[in-house]
Amino acid sequence: MDIAFRLNGETVELHDVAPTTTLLDWLREDRGLTGTKEGCNEGDCGACTVMITDADGARALNACILFLPQLDGKAVRTVEGIAAPDGTLHPVQRQMIDHHGSQCGFCTPGFIVAMATAHLNGATDHDVQLAGNLCRCTGYAPILRAARAAQGAPVPAHMRDAPLPNGQNTAGGDAAGGRGGQPPRHLHPANSDELARWYADHPDATLVAGATDVGLWVTKEFRDLGPLAFLNRCVDLRGITQDDDTIRIGAMTTLTELEVAMAPLHPSFAAMIRRYGSVQVRNAATIGGNIANGSPIGDGPPALIALGATLHLRRGDTRRRMPLEDFFLDYGRQDRAPGEFVEAIAIPRQRDSLRCYKLSKRFDQDISAVCGGLSITGDGTTITGARLAFGGMAATPRRAAHAEAAMIGQPWSEATIRAAMDGLTRDFTPLSDMRASAAYRMQTARNMLLRYFHDAGGAPVSVQGISA
Amino acid sequence: MSVTRSLAHDAAALHVTGAAHYVDDIPTPRGTLHLAFGLSTVAAGTLDAMDLEPVRAAAGVVAVLTAADLPFANDVSASAHDEPLLATDRVHYAGQPVFLVVATSHLAARRAARLGEIRITATDPILGIDDALAADARFEDGPRVYGRGAPEAAIAGAPHKVSGRLHIGGQEHFYLEGQAALALPQEGGDMVVHSSTQHPTEIQHKVAEALGLPMHGVRVETRRMGGGFGGKESQGNALAVACAVAAHRTGRPCKMRYDRDDDMTVTGKRHDFRIDYAVGFDADGVVQGIEFTHYARCGWAQDLSLPVADRAMLHADNAYHLPNVRITSHRLRTHTQSATAFRGFGGPQGMLGIERVMDHIATHLGRDPLDVRRANFYRDAQGPDYPPQDIPPRDPPRTDRDLASRGAPPDAPAHVPAPPAGTQTTPYHQAVTDCIIGALTRKLAQTADYDTRRRAVADWNAANPLLKRGIALTPVKFGISFTLTHLNQAGALVHVYQDGSIHLNHGGTEMGQGLFQKVAQVAAARFGVDVAQVRITATDTGKVPNTSATAASSGSDLNGMAVQAACDTIRDRIAAHLAERHQADPSDVRFAEGRVTTAGGDYSFAEAARSAYENRISLSATGFYRTPGIEWDRIKGRGRPFFYFAYGAAVTEVVIDTLTGENRILRADILHDAGASLNPAIDIGQIEGGYVQGAGWLTTEELVWDDAGRLRTHAPSTYKIPAFSDRPDVFNVALWDAPNREDTVYRSKAVGEPPLMLGISAFAALADAVRSCGPAYGDLQAPATAEAVLAAIGRARNGV
Repeated sequence: MDIAFRLNGETVELHDVAPTTTLLDWLREDRGLTGTKEGCNEGDCGACTVMITDADGARALNACILFLPQLDGKAVRTVEGIAAPDGTLHPVQRQMIDHHGSQCGFCTPGFIVAMATAHLNGATDHDVQLAGNLCRCTGYAPILRAARAAQGAPVPAHMRDAPLPNGQNTAGGDAAGGRGGQPPRHLHPANSDELARWYADHPDATLVAGATDVGLWVTKEFRDLGPLAFLNRCVDLRGITQDDDTIRIGAMTTLTELEVAMAPLHPSFAAMIRRYGSVQVRNAATIGGNIANGSPIGDGPPALIALGATLHLRRGDTRRRMPLEDFFLDYGRQDRAPGEFVEAIAIPRQRDSLRCYKLSKRFDQDISAVCGGLSITGDGTTITGARLAFGGMAATPRRAAHAEAAMIGQPWSEATIRAAMDGLTRDFTPLSDMRASAAYRMQTARNMLLRYFHDAGGAPVSVQGISA
Repeated sequence: MSVTRSLAHDAAALHVTGAAHYVDDIPTPRGTLHLAFGLSTVAAGTLDAMDLEPVRAAAGVVAVLTAADLPFANDVSASAHDEPLLATDRVHYAGQPVFLVVATSHLAARRAARLGEIRITATDPILGIDDALAADARFEDGPRVYGRGAPEAAIAGAPHKVSGRLHIGGQEHFYLEGQAALALPQEGGDMVVHSSTQHPTEIQHKVAEALGLPMHGVRVETRRMGGGFGGKESQGNALAVACAVAAHRTGRPCKMRYDRDDDMTVTGKRHDFRIDYAVGFDADGVVQGIEFTHYARCGWAQDLSLPVADRAMLHADNAYHLPNVRITSHRLRTHTQSATAFRGFGGPQGMLGIERVMDHIATHLGRDPLDVRRANFYRDAQGPDYPPQDIPPRDPPRTDRDLASRGAPPDAPAHVPAPPAGTQTTPYHQAVTDCIIGALTRKLAQTADYDTRRRAVADWNAANPLLKRGIALTPVKFGISFTLTHLNQAGALVHVYQDGSIHLNHGGTEMGQGLFQKVAQVAAARFGVDVAQVRITATDTGKVPNTSATAASSGSDLNGMAVQAACDTIRDRIAAHLAERHQADPSDVRFAEGRVTTAGGDYSFAEAARSAYENRISLSATGFYRTPGIEWDRIKGRGRPFFYFAYGAAVTEVVIDTLTGENRILRADILHDAGASLNPAIDIGQIEGGYVQGAGWLTTEELVWDDAGRLRTHAPSTYKIPAFSDRPDVFNVALWDAPNREDTVYRSKAVGEPPLMLGISAFAALADAVRSCGPAYGDLQAPATAEAVLAAIGRARNGV
């Protein structure tokens, strides 16, 4: 593949790049820019954080699971490009030195880029902005002090990257391979129509959106992905549109964008999305990938199922819809035909009664042991509707039919909730694994119903809401 | 003066710009090859056959080596020669290196390593503590026992007694920079190795053995590590030896770094422990008699497990005087990763045992645990410490052991110092003469407002049915010195150039702890110059030989003193020279603020250096230091293993969710004793970081092996170290700031390990929150994951 992007202000053109070359490997091994570090090679530690700027602005991403074709047309800034060209340190660099924010220094480049990106964007919610950067030395306290101290400083001019002007990026369906009359092995489609045509003909292909999961298939599993389609130019698959009845979320909408859209509508969902991966992961990961991936946990699906979301699929020119819960057939198996892809997810507009409870060993950036998306509606005294969806309790994200049935038509009372908790025991037979035991999963899933009851009554139910 | 100043880490500006080089960042010569291990996926069995043809045929592969291809020693053990680089006839854990791939790129090597077919006849693995006890699979012939008095009788005669069992999980180091080494073949068969190691001399020694070379044929250099925490004391041996052997065979530079999953699968971790206890006490909670039994899961090879388990025993008292005590320690051999050094080196496990007993006593008596703790503290020191005694030299050691490793078995010493009469002593008969824990905890309880908050927590809990708070104050008393006494030595090399700039080298390694800066501050202070005039250089076995690992918190104590000695040698020469020139007394020559002055002479430091050079005075010196007054018999459990103790205490407040067990640290207040700190900012950094790492060990960091012995938590996706928002929201850290009573470098104290154990206060605070959930003893187990907390809540409520 041929691609072009800016790197620390300079235009770089690459020809015939292997499409699964990660930005991290290219920076360190081909370009000799060793400031960006490999800590885990799976997007969980943030040591490889880089800043990517495109038409939507600047954001932090993990270079270890970012394939070069995803950068086409964009601007990349690494730790080597954070200080001004004359060597003047960036405010976050200055403050990290002055506040003793580095010890071994290995995580520091990733922190510096994440902090500088947040600084550029005026973000001061440091717990969120830096949740994806692990440090084993400092205990984070001096890094927070540094981030706060840098908050007011002006943004250095060189930090405002511009992506390449339209048309200067070199990739496209016709340029993506296709030497000597061979059909292109990989595709960089300009829109979803082009994708639909090609994917129907190449059903063995792998679609790459944010690559937060596909990246690991490469870096950890060495999987042969077959033909690849990089979807980053398919802007028509992105974005959220709303009418009186429905909120339609394009499959390429990132979790970051979804969080913003959900905050006013379903704040509990937004709060849970804020715990999905990290800033770096949410900036890349898409809701379409989150669903199509078919994880038994997934975090997005339980909430969306509880909201009664409808999945929009497309194959060639054929489109179909289904309730999201019907998409998940069994472990690793979804109701998706070869060559068919997720186009959008639609949520019916409704009064908010959704609560999302994500349970994991660590609050931030951890895969759930149990994730509950719970929505209970009523007329003030009697429960008239209940959609209780769980991840981590079965081979797929699933609704709790017995628990729901135990609620509907019953009075809104703790006794009803306790009856539903017993229903839950019939709904699920969870497994034990490294995240939690089966017994703990069952006990906490049951207790999530109780938590909902107290939560709706206004009692404090989360340790996150408590301060010293 | 440069000591006591909060200067930034010497490499801070390099860190923040990405310009600091770690091993994998060193530009490599053309033709450098890359290595990866093929690993056993079976925990125990006999190695029947290997089909490595698919590996050899894979793209980029240059060579594939097995044990049979190794030219000399197939051993990377830090102790008992029981750790082959590549498995021979048996495999001992899932993750053991079996073959070595040499390829043209890191990716090619990793990819090819998956293609080997290893045929193993599996046997039943010994995985858990009970398995190992049943099979009597252990290191050493039987348990070690330390103690004194009559614990059984004292327990039997006490008005109250409790007993219990605590499981303590291990801990993955999760240094952000994985293990890495680069070997560069030299002329004449010599080898230069860059290694991310806390112990360059150990790397030199193991590489020399593997290449059949004397140690002078191998030079090891370590500029910095991206974190060590004990995980790079012995665990880097395999990579360095593999690189050296492959470089020797191919004649090309060879580099190896573990992918994170491999790193976590292959290397050892903190020992997990089971501690059984029985204690008798009076109505105030004062311990009359106590028995501990430690079960340490050591993994498949001995590594450093014996001194780790010893140190756990040596911290079974923590800050408490235990008049009648027995500590029995089993060191169990299992088919898992060989557990190794980790910040605290057994101390944290031993200490958690007694802290747990204090909480259990308090619950039994219905008292504030802090009152029980105070009732048992060692008395604070009044008079001076007992002075170091002259100890006669030891007999020449046996030569068949790895002398520079903590894993070496020591001979019994000829002489063990007796404590002065009338002092309180530890269970291992060392007098505690520098105790400050009473005064320190009083001050902390006051600044942290403990009493008021304790009442506020109770009120809050009464009003909140679902969420509960807890608060705890726990002390730390940590012994400072290598318990293998002869390791308490260090060397330094200092050059002063004609322009007055100073080149500094010592045996310690920089892993982020700020050792280089602290030692540079010592050198600058000795010469009276700005620290910018001192250049700290990579640790290099060619500059300072026979170094001990940078471990046991000893880095500044040992190397600071060695550097001071070297600097003073040069300073005295310059002083003598200038005194002669000005007909003055050398002792009147002053080195301060960049000037060297004497009656009738005033020179810049550079002028003084130039003058000395012109007068043919040597401006280069070595320095050497050995810790005085310590001697220890680890078999008898008697002596003075520690030069002094470092103290500290922490108050932690937490909140737990009684529906899920989820929990959060709300506030931590710490008061810690770093003596007269060489660099308060760096020391506070060690304390903050140590606390969070210790709290992580006891909360979210859970290692899980499956029934086949495979580690299931081998990446940050499944193994959860504290993240940014896990630090306490309110985090107050202060230094006790009184000089060390012993004559250490500028009267400072070691600060690397002790603060980790301040994290125990988080565990105790969680136990306190559990206590508010019901009448029974919650018996919280470690790590206190949400699941463990919920289980403890259930026991507190239901009494089972």
